[in-house]
Amino acid sequence: MARGVLDIARGVAAGETTATAEVDACYARIAARDGELGAYLAVDADAARAAAAAVDRARAAGQPLGPLAGVPISIKDNIVTRGLATTAGSKMLAGWIPPYDAHAVARLRAAGAIVVGKTNCDEFGMGSSTETSAFHPTRNPWDATRVPGGSSGGSAAAVAADLCAGSLGTDTGGSIRQPAALCGVVGIKPTYGRVSRYGAIAYASSLDQIGPLARSVADAAALLEVIAGRDPRDATSLAADVPDLADAARATDVRGLRVGLPREYFAELDPHCRGALDAAIAALRDAGATAVDVSLPHTHLAIPAYYVIAPAEASSNLARYDGVRYGVRADARDLLELYTRTRAGFGTEVKRRIMLGTYALRSGYYDAFYKKAQQVRTLIARDFEAAWASCDLLLAPTTPGPAWRFGERATPLDMYRADIYTLSCNLAGLPGASVPCGLTSQRLPIGAQLIGQPLDEPTVIRAAAAVEARVGFRGLA
Amino acid sequence: MTTLSREEVEAIALLARLHLERDEAERMQAELGAIVDYFGALAGVACDGVEPMTHAVPAAVPLRADEPEPSLAVADVLRGAPAVRDDLFVVPAIIPGGD
Repeated sequence: MARGVLDIARGVAAGETTATAEVDACYARIAARDGELGAYLAVDADAARAAAAAVDRARAAGQPLGPLAGVPISIKDNIVTRGLATTAGSKMLAGWIPPYDAHAVARLRAAGAIVVGKTNCDEFGMGSSTETSAFHPTRNPWDATRVPGGSSGGSAAAVAADLCAGSLGTDTGGSIRQPAALCGVVGIKPTYGRVSRYGAIAYASSLDQIGPLARSVADAAALLEVIAGRDPRDATSLAADVPDLADAARATDVRGLRVGLPREYFAELDPHCRGALDAAIAALRDAGATAVDVSLPHTHLAIPAYYVIAPAEASSNLARYDGVRYGVRADARDLLELYTRTRAGFGTEVKRRIMLGTYALRSGYYDAFYKKAQQVRTLIARDFEAAWASCDLLLAPTTPGPAWRFGERATPLDMYRADIYTLSCNLAGLPGASVPCGLTSQRLPIGAQLIGQPLDEPTVIRAAAAVEARVGFRGLA
Repeated sequence: MTTLSREEVEAIALLARLHLERDEAERMQAELGAIVDYFGALAGVACDGVEPMTHAVPAAVPLRADEPEPSLAVADVLRGAPAVRDDLFVVPAIIPGGD
């Protein structure tokens, strides 16, 4: 089995391996596999090797090493990296080199992690299959005829195929958990505000969160612990202390935990997923938890609410791509034409969401769409609050089914419906994780989703570790 | 099925400052209509007296001391701009006849 985040960090610290050797090996695997998978949009071997050499020099000099020293990490391309091309999967930012690091990236670097490259994603995070990337598709390492999920599909594929030890993604409506499930890796969307969004290219600001993907719960927890915490540059980042998440990942006993099974999430589940989900439930019972039937009655409204709110916020956030301050610019005779011609460079899905958001926010329609969607968002959040009276945590499928074939979800609504089980968690701002819990008969991974109470990542991680320890899922790498 | 008129699609595109080619506008007209129909599920939900949720975290507007902090260097910021002159972003004339 490929070594993960904690193994590599331990090995580098102990002198059993070097950061340089780990980074070289990572690039060798990228060279061998990524032509087929298309997980990366950009790599920067020179900078990564320089950073690795600095770690190795520090160790040789007896200086203290960070907790992630020498660990090769990839970063989703909608998170800015100083000096390394960042496009958010869009031609609008082709060739743009950010002058600063996102807070989460700076935290990783300060911990000694080595940024090996930028991973493919749906354009500005808008998609569920990575097919809307303006550059190329990413293939699912389990079956190259299928999508890796999205929008953090490049990150999930890279982690699954061991083209990095871990990755940072973003999750606005499931974009970490869903590709993690479809690629058989662990993904965590933290509580809204747990991780600073400074340097995350904004899609829907009231929903976006940065989080980790890795091959084990402990590895993902280790990454989250490093990137979490208050950052004054993001006014929504929370001042709450960051708990000991590594400790939570080690404790695989969940005695006394009441696990709610929201019946709406199991009603239309693909029969191929049922067995894997049952195994996850059995694992938690075996680890000492009790299962409780709960209801989240507004679940069916999550898709329409999300697809009003997120595009509305996107239509405002993406106003900045106007050909003036960064990115591409179209030839134009006047300023209005500069805007409209430049913005013609957005891809179809992004244009569709900007149009939808503009429609919903338009004078005379605001109350019927945007305000109504925000009220429904309140109802969805209240469903969770009511559920916490009878349980400590929820377990549900991450996705309605396994990875689908390219082009199979042909209409926008077909694609939006794939997000049914992940959207509510974002709307309510709750922490959620996806942990692999089995394979379909076609050997496609299935993820179990754990949704916790605000700031209760430790319980989410503890339960995910309990599932991981008992279901015996074997990843690809 | 909700039908968005071609004029509505064009009006929204102008508000969004998006140039759409003719075939794009036609496709958008059909697709947006279907999606807006789907949003119709929201219309029937009783929401009287329900506060709209604007953010996941009920946070007061945080304040900080009004002290200047270092920001990005001008040269670093301008490096990514499509057109620059004298430390300024260059745009086409806003006033007719201007430069």
